[in-house]
Amino acid sequence: MLSIKNLQAKVEDKQILKGINLQVNAGEVHAIMGPNGSGKSSLASVLTGRENFEVTGGEVLFDGKDLLEFSPEDRAREGLFLAFQYPIEIPGVSNINFLRTALNEIRAYHNEPPLEAKEFLRLTREKQKLVEFDAKLTNRSLNEGFSGGEKKRNEIFQLAMLNPKLSILDETDSGLDIDALRIVSNGVNKLRSEKNAFIVITHYQRLLEYIVPDFVHVLYDGRIVKSGTKELALELEEKGYDWIKEPVTTASV
Amino acid sequence: MITTTSLYDQFITLYREKETTQDNDWLKDLRETAFEAFSGKGFPTTKLEDWRFTNVSPFLKEDFRLQPGAASLHGLHNAAHIPLLDAYEVVLKNGMLNEDVRIPGVKISPLRTALKNENLQSYFGRYINTEKHSFAALNTALFENGIVIEADKNIICDKPVHITHVYNAEEAVFIQPRILIIAHKSSKIQIVESVVVIGDKPLFINNVTECYVAENAQVDQYNLQIAPSNTHLVNFNQTVQQSNSLFNNYTYSLPDAVFVRNNLHLDLNGTNTESHLYGLYLAGGNQLTDNHTVVNHLFPNCLSNELYKGVLLDNARAVFSGRIYVHQDAQKTNAFQQNNNILLSNKAVVDSKPQLEIFADDVKCSHGSTVGSLNKEALFYLQSRGIGETAARNLLVRAFAFDVTNKIQIPAVREYVEKLITRKMAEAYD
Repeated sequence: MLSIKNLQAKVEDKQILKGINLQVNAGEVHAIMGPNGSGKSSLASVLTGRENFEVTGGEVLFDGKDLLEFSPEDRAREGLFLAFQYPIEIPGVSNINFLRTALNEIRAYHNEPPLEAKEFLRLTREKQKLVEFDAKLTNRSLNEGFSGGEKKRNEIFQLAMLNPKLSILDETDSGLDIDALRIVSNGVNKLRSEKNAFIVITHYQRLLEYIVPDFVHVLYDGRIVKSGTKELALELEEKGYDWIKEPVTTASV
Repeated sequence: MITTTSLYDQFITLYREKETTQDNDWLKDLRETAFEAFSGKGFPTTKLEDWRFTNVSPFLKEDFRLQPGAASLHGLHNAAHIPLLDAYEVVLKNGMLNEDVRIPGVKISPLRTALKNENLQSYFGRYINTEKHSFAALNTALFENGIVIEADKNIICDKPVHITHVYNAEEAVFIQPRILIIAHKSSKIQIVESVVVIGDKPLFINNVTECYVAENAQVDQYNLQIAPSNTHLVNFNQTVQQSNSLFNNYTYSLPDAVFVRNNLHLDLNGTNTESHLYGLYLAGGNQLTDNHTVVNHLFPNCLSNELYKGVLLDNARAVFSGRIYVHQDAQKTNAFQQNNNILLSNKAVVDSKPQLEIFADDVKCSHGSTVGSLNKEALFYLQSRGIGETAARNLLVRAFAFDVTNKIQIPAVREYVEKLITRKMAEAYD
């Protein structure tokens, strides 16, 4: 589904991705871990097309198509979704209007007619229930007045509504208490299927107890320095990141 | 025919030759004083502080026909139809009303006829400083006709009054409409004004509206300035509020009039008044939109709240000058003023001048002004959900305007304004 080959990118003059290789297939969950500043969120930004990131080398194929050629909105329409680390509040844009616009623009891209109001509402209710997100959405601006936990749950709810092929969860666990973490994870687990895939970016092994990954990768200094199964996450939790850093720093000198 | 006489000279001649036998003595005096002021000062220049950012002289170079009279413009007002608006419809043709309109408890009459009634002397032209404001002086000296709307004591008008101004610009014309609104004690009235223009020759409208809100009365005034690009509008609004009254003004300048200048002057002439001034200007192309507001707090315990928002595209320019004046006696005043602008083009310009003058010592006042661009993070968030750039911008501009559009109390008008914003934004990025 997603094939990243030797991806390099910079922000202004700082090289932050230095050759990432990653293969994600349908039905898989990949966890990306690593210390602060290793490039985890940058990878998410490059994949989703954030403006200030410049790709300097490598390629990314998404279902065989050159992902980097697409605008951010077309990447979303092709089935890529990013759950933001810091979901933004947009006063004046209603949650419902926003979701309807997003859903219908994606449908239009695939030559599907807009959803009828009744069907849209039914879907909204169904997905809200699925991800246990009971915030009132009508007559409320996007994320406005939502707590940190509610914002993250709203991300998962949007994920459920838009039904993407590949979802990137960027530190979705940060700032969540244990109950919210469980709810968010349950939502993701219910949405997992043979047809979609997830990339879960996190600092902590804790989230991976709830969303169990098929593969764990360690990102350090703009490269994936170690890959393994879920046991790798446990090892990291125990030993910290220092044992990963050592050989890389030496090797790169 | 090519005239070489300046517009100023033409007006001077016009006044001297004017037939004034119709006017009462007090009205003749009023006109004479106003004429003296205009003839002494002429049209405003950029040397005046109030016109520093707005040079009106290029707009006055046309060979205008000065007093076009009521044109036959039958049925054209439908172009200003606001879907689903349930209102009493009044149509003014080139600023003139043909006959009385009867609404329960509200009298709507042609101004010239109504001015025969001496009672109007205590309202008409009484609060406008024609010494200072040339355009208002010119209108006072030379207005031909207009409209008076008078809500009787204790009358709550059940539906809005929708005034459609139809103008015929098949030749270049200079029109000076005049509106007088009187809401008597404990009455309530909503007035919606919109514009229809036919013809594509230069149209200059020099309008004066006076609004008198008596004790415990309420006036909601919606000014929808939506006109084609050949329109030049100078609009002087003088409102006076008495004790315990409520005044809401909504001034929305939407494309495409090439020049709009609004003067909104509010005198709070009693205690415990409440006033809300909401403004929105969305301008593109080479439009110039200029809003000058003055709020005069003369008595204690009054609240005024002003919020003006602007969105500028292309080469558009905007001016905002807001002044709150709290007189020494106006203790316990609450006065707030805010102007926010978004520039969506590198060539767009806004001059914003919030001003606060306080002579009382127990007041709560604030003023502020911002100029910025769309939030890039918000734009990316929307795009990352599959919303195209144009639609995303549109959503954000509507969100920015939301603070003023959601204040519109009449749902049909709110929807109408929102649709016009959406349409303009869609065109802008096509």
